[in-house]
Amino acid sequence: MAGLVPAILFTRGKKMRGSRPRMMKLSMTSSLRSKLVTALLLAPAGLFFVFLLLVPLAVVLLFSFGERAPAGGYVPAFTLQNYMDLPARGKAFFNTLTLAPLGTLLTALFAFPMAYFLAVRTSPKWRIALLILVMAPFWTSQLLRYYAWMIILGNKGLPSWLAMVGLTDVRIINTPWAVLIGAVYGYLPLMVPPIYVSLEKLDKRLLEASADLGATPTRTFLQVTLPLALPGVATGSMLVFILLMGDYILPQFLGGGKVFFIGNALVDLFLQSRNWPFGAAVSVALVAIMFVTIYFYMRFVLSKSDTRRAALV
Amino acid sequence: MLRAYAICVYIFLYLPITMIVFFSFNAGKYAMAWEGFSVFWYGKAFSNPLIMGALRTSVIIALSTAILSAIIGTLTALGLERLKGWLRITFDALIYIAIMVPGIVIGISTLIAFVSVFDLVNPSLAGLGIKLQMGTWAVIAAHVLFNIAVVALLVRARLQGMDRSLVDASEDLYATPLGTFRQVVLPLLAPSILAGFLLAFTFSFEDFIIAYFVSGPDTTLPIYIFSSIRRGVTPEINAVGSVVLLTSFVLLIIAQAVLRRGEKTARAS
Repeated sequence: MAGLVPAILFTRGKKMRGSRPRMMKLSMTSSLRSKLVTALLLAPAGLFFVFLLLVPLAVVLLFSFGERAPAGGYVPAFTLQNYMDLPARGKAFFNTLTLAPLGTLLTALFAFPMAYFLAVRTSPKWRIALLILVMAPFWTSQLLRYYAWMIILGNKGLPSWLAMVGLTDVRIINTPWAVLIGAVYGYLPLMVPPIYVSLEKLDKRLLEASADLGATPTRTFLQVTLPLALPGVATGSMLVFILLMGDYILPQFLGGGKVFFIGNALVDLFLQSRNWPFGAAVSVALVAIMFVTIYFYMRFVLSKSDTRRAALV
Repeated sequence: MLRAYAICVYIFLYLPITMIVFFSFNAGKYAMAWEGFSVFWYGKAFSNPLIMGALRTSVIIALSTAILSAIIGTLTALGLERLKGWLRITFDALIYIAIMVPGIVIGISTLIAFVSVFDLVNPSLAGLGIKLQMGTWAVIAAHVLFNIAVVALLVRARLQGMDRSLVDASEDLYATPLGTFRQVVLPLLAPSILAGFLLAFTFSFEDFIIAYFVSGPDTTLPIYIFSSIRRGVTPEINAVGSVVLLTSFVLLIIAQAVLRRGEKTARAS
């Protein structure tokens, strides 16, 4: 869901520290009125956050300690059995926890040169248009794009073309490779913008200084450009990682039931086998793993770079 | 060399999309075996009541989501500016949680929370002939939750970048607070609100996973597309898909243009 954040990234950045509204020249009564206005402004969002986020998440937590009703659904109870049963879905956890980080890493590797090209080697006139062209696919139907890849990587697609040049028996669809290709394809549009932003902000004089002091281009890149671009890489990786962890369509279409993620297990548990308490436990585990990973990742990134920009948005 | 790489990336990104559009003009029965040019499937798709019904549901959901999120998100951003201390931190945290919790978990939690409530109240409502169940409204509610957070972040970013002296000038010229808001603040915020509206619309129109859980008996377009991909596809889906792709591209480009233009005018003023 974090997919929308890059758009926000663009609008932030420059004037982050705006001044506070000067509401101080108000008398006591109008200060009460001002509080009322604030409350009214925030009430609708507050209601949504409470009744559609906090309460439902609490219900999931509650259900995860319950028992499955014979016909599917939930019976109140207090048991840790659902959590003990998590290893039964170990394969889904294993796939998610290996392929999501790996997919994120690959996406970052492919996105970096692209962002570098846009930020450093493209004339300012074309930059934005070309960047939007990179982002645009993310905003179109994920279903349809992965459906196209299903055909491209399917047995009548790439493998049959490879067979024509003598490479027979190549299978791509329904392997981890297909999922990784899909991850790079699906999330490159999300990874490029934050890296682009950090590279664009980079002071070109630093590069000149480095060159003047006799550094080779490679050394300048490794010791100046790369460290300065790290916050962007960190933000992008964060976004992609979050979305990959909770993905369903990508493994469903390109993993075809053989390479499945936690998301696929959840759909199965809630909509097919209707084991809600166990499904709730799997959801809690997923969210817990995500938040813990993000927490340590942010701490690591923040300790590495003195700029707080690396923080999500 | 970098340029060649960039070209490859664009091909990589756009090849699948081009394929979908290309095969929507296929005369043959199979989605990906070319048998000649035809717009037959467009006619077929737009006279299919199931597709048109799903399209209508999706448009209703996306439009309601966009309107509600734009309004509530803007109010939230304005309210947050006036808030200090732990309340502000709490609200900020909620916004980030709403964005970070995976869509699938939002879908699941909304489903089981509402179904539990319905199981409790439906027996007593049965006498009145009312039966509450999941449906379009639940999809809208879950989408609004997420998009409030997005619009609030967009509008707040703009609010913080705004030139305060304009508001001060307006106040010095004896405008009422509401007058200042209507004539100074709102026009300055308009681009970010509109961009938020368009992003919310696009998100909602294309969301599959949340709707899959909470739409009950209603079918949205992505749900229809998903089930027909599983059944085996005809170029009909490519035709619908092409229309959907085109719509989102246009909306996205408008959103970006509006956002950028707004930023320029803000800097100029």
